[in-house]
Amino acid sequence: MDADSVFKALADPTRRRLLDMLRAQSGQTLGELCANLDMTRQAVSQHLGRLEEANLVTTIRRGREKLHYLNPVPIHEIHARWIEKFERSHLDTLRHLKAKLEGEHRGQA
Amino acid sequence: MDKPEFVYVTYISAPPEKIWEALITPEITRKYWQHENVSDWKAGSRWEHRGADKERALRLVGKVVEFSPPRRLVMTWAFPSDEGREKKHSRVTFEIEEVRGVTRLTVTHDRLEPGSEMLEGITAGWPKVLSSLKSLLEVGRPLPKLW
Repeated sequence: MDADSVFKALADPTRRRLLDMLRAQSGQTLGELCANLDMTRQAVSQHLGRLEEANLVTTIRRGREKLHYLNPVPIHEIHARWIEKFERSHLDTLRHLKAKLEGEHRGQA
Repeated sequence: MDKPEFVYVTYISAPPEKIWEALITPEITRKYWQHENVSDWKAGSRWEHRGADKERALRLVGKVVEFSPPRRLVMTWAFPSDEGREKKHSRVTFEIEEVRGVTRLTVTHDRLEPGSEMLEGITAGWPKVLSSLKSLLEVGRPLPKLW
């Protein structure tokens, strides 16, 4: 699962919309997803295929139905690679600031 | 028929046995999860999820439902305060399969109560745990502290 396929899959507004729909309600069928999109079944199916290739959507077979789930793990991997480190230093700065201000406040009291 | 609530999938460049070992061995889970999964791992046995720090706080408990190495592990999953109330227990299934030279790990967490604390916790929790496990097995280094 390379980052390229994740970014390519996310670069399309319809595919992001599909992810939003699955976040709101997991385990939807193709039919359920189509009902809320003004698009042919085939086009929706192709978009879902791209999302599945990028591992952003995972599917489970239930009898004759195929249920779709949002899989946030690849996005978390991207987050961990580029963002988490910076967030941590921001959080540390805020924590130090809080400790400093609270210390000063206690000093005054 | 119950729909799974959450299905998480990650692909890891490591053999299924390594991933299996990483799920059930306290010395390994502590590295990427900062918790230990402790049990004798027999179907029907109790399992515990404890903090890997000095306090070793008991965070989760449950029963091992199915133990089929290195393919399928099913456990119930509950807060210690709900241990006696089986209706409140959620269920976690780990499935490990080889796909085109890599290993696919699927975690399904179901039987969750809508709006429960458990549901909130796992929404953020599983992606972190799985990314950290992947990083440990592939790069030899887990993600920095998760919690």
